[in-house]
Amino acid sequence: MRVIVNGREHDLATDATVRDAVAAAGAGDEERGVAVALDGTVVRRADWDGTRLHEAARLEVLRATAGG
Amino acid sequence: MPDDPLIIAGTELRSRLLLGSGGFHRLDRFEAALAASGAEIVTVALRRVEQAPGGLYEAIERGGARVLPNTAGCYSAREAVQTAQLAREAFETSWLKLEVIGDRHTLLPDAVELVRAARELVAAGFVVLPYTTDDPVLARRLEDAGCAAVMPLGSPIGSGLGIRNPHAIALCREAVSVPLILDAGIGTASDAALAMELGCDAVLAATAVSRARDPEAMAGALRLAVEAGRVASRAGRIPRLHHAQASTEDAGIPDLADAERP
Repeated sequence: MRVIVNGREHDLATDATVRDAVAAAGAGDEERGVAVALDGTVVRRADWDGTRLHEAARLEVLRATAGG
Repeated sequence: MPDDPLIIAGTELRSRLLLGSGGFHRLDRFEAALAASGAEIVTVALRRVEQAPGGLYEAIERGGARVLPNTAGCYSAREAVQTAQLAREAFETSWLKLEVIGDRHTLLPDAVELVRAARELVAAGFVVLPYTTDDPVLARRLEDAGCAAVMPLGSPIGSGLGIRNPHAIALCREAVSVPLILDAGIGTASDAALAMELGCDAVLAATAVSRARDPEAMAGALRLAVEAGRVASRAGRIPRLHHAQASTEDAGIPDLADAERP
């Protein structure tokens, strides 16, 4: 299954979840301060395991950076 | 000044200097500056993980400060609201520095989108601290929208031009009763002191610290300036006079050398 994580195409298993996309982006599994949007909608951390991806899903995986 | 806390949305803070993490490229330099600043609130941005080296969030917590996520880079209310929701999820805080930029050259706020986003975020339970222009009418609109503080700029972001219109900042002070935080434009310590003397409750500085030759020393200087400005503001400055006014009385002056006094 092909999904877009942070603007890049990734090939993930057909049963991949949001947690798999977080790993594909390079964020740590238990890393705090990470947020995910799936097709423009926030996915709460508690729902990362239970939220399946779909073909051509668009994900943003974000963390804190210097700013403001 | 333990007897003079800054209170934002019911939270008591001892420091009246907020530190922006923008412009820091080295974590050790940031941590030293945070310690020297005494700041209890540090702004951060959210970016794709590839562009954001980890560790900043943890460094802020180690420094005993709380994270204030911003919506830097957002150009519409819709984008800002989405970013805010992501920030709340990432940092487990409903506090938000709301930025809605209207122009990429000046980085000035888009007032219309800003008020729209503020209303929406307050309704969604956020504690909203909006970065705004030095416009007292807009400041009042933001307070009416339910913002927990109002943060007018002294001059454009990162410019270091100080407070270009002190009169406008003083008017903003009169316009709102929520905390007024001078945001953007601080170049050095005297700018921060002036902000406090004009009646601001706090100062937010990022570039002034991160791009100083010695960020740690500048952070300490701003801390002192904010404290000095606050005390001076409460002490009450003397009125400005056109002519000199001798502080030593003429009464009892000796008659020597037939001096004339024109």
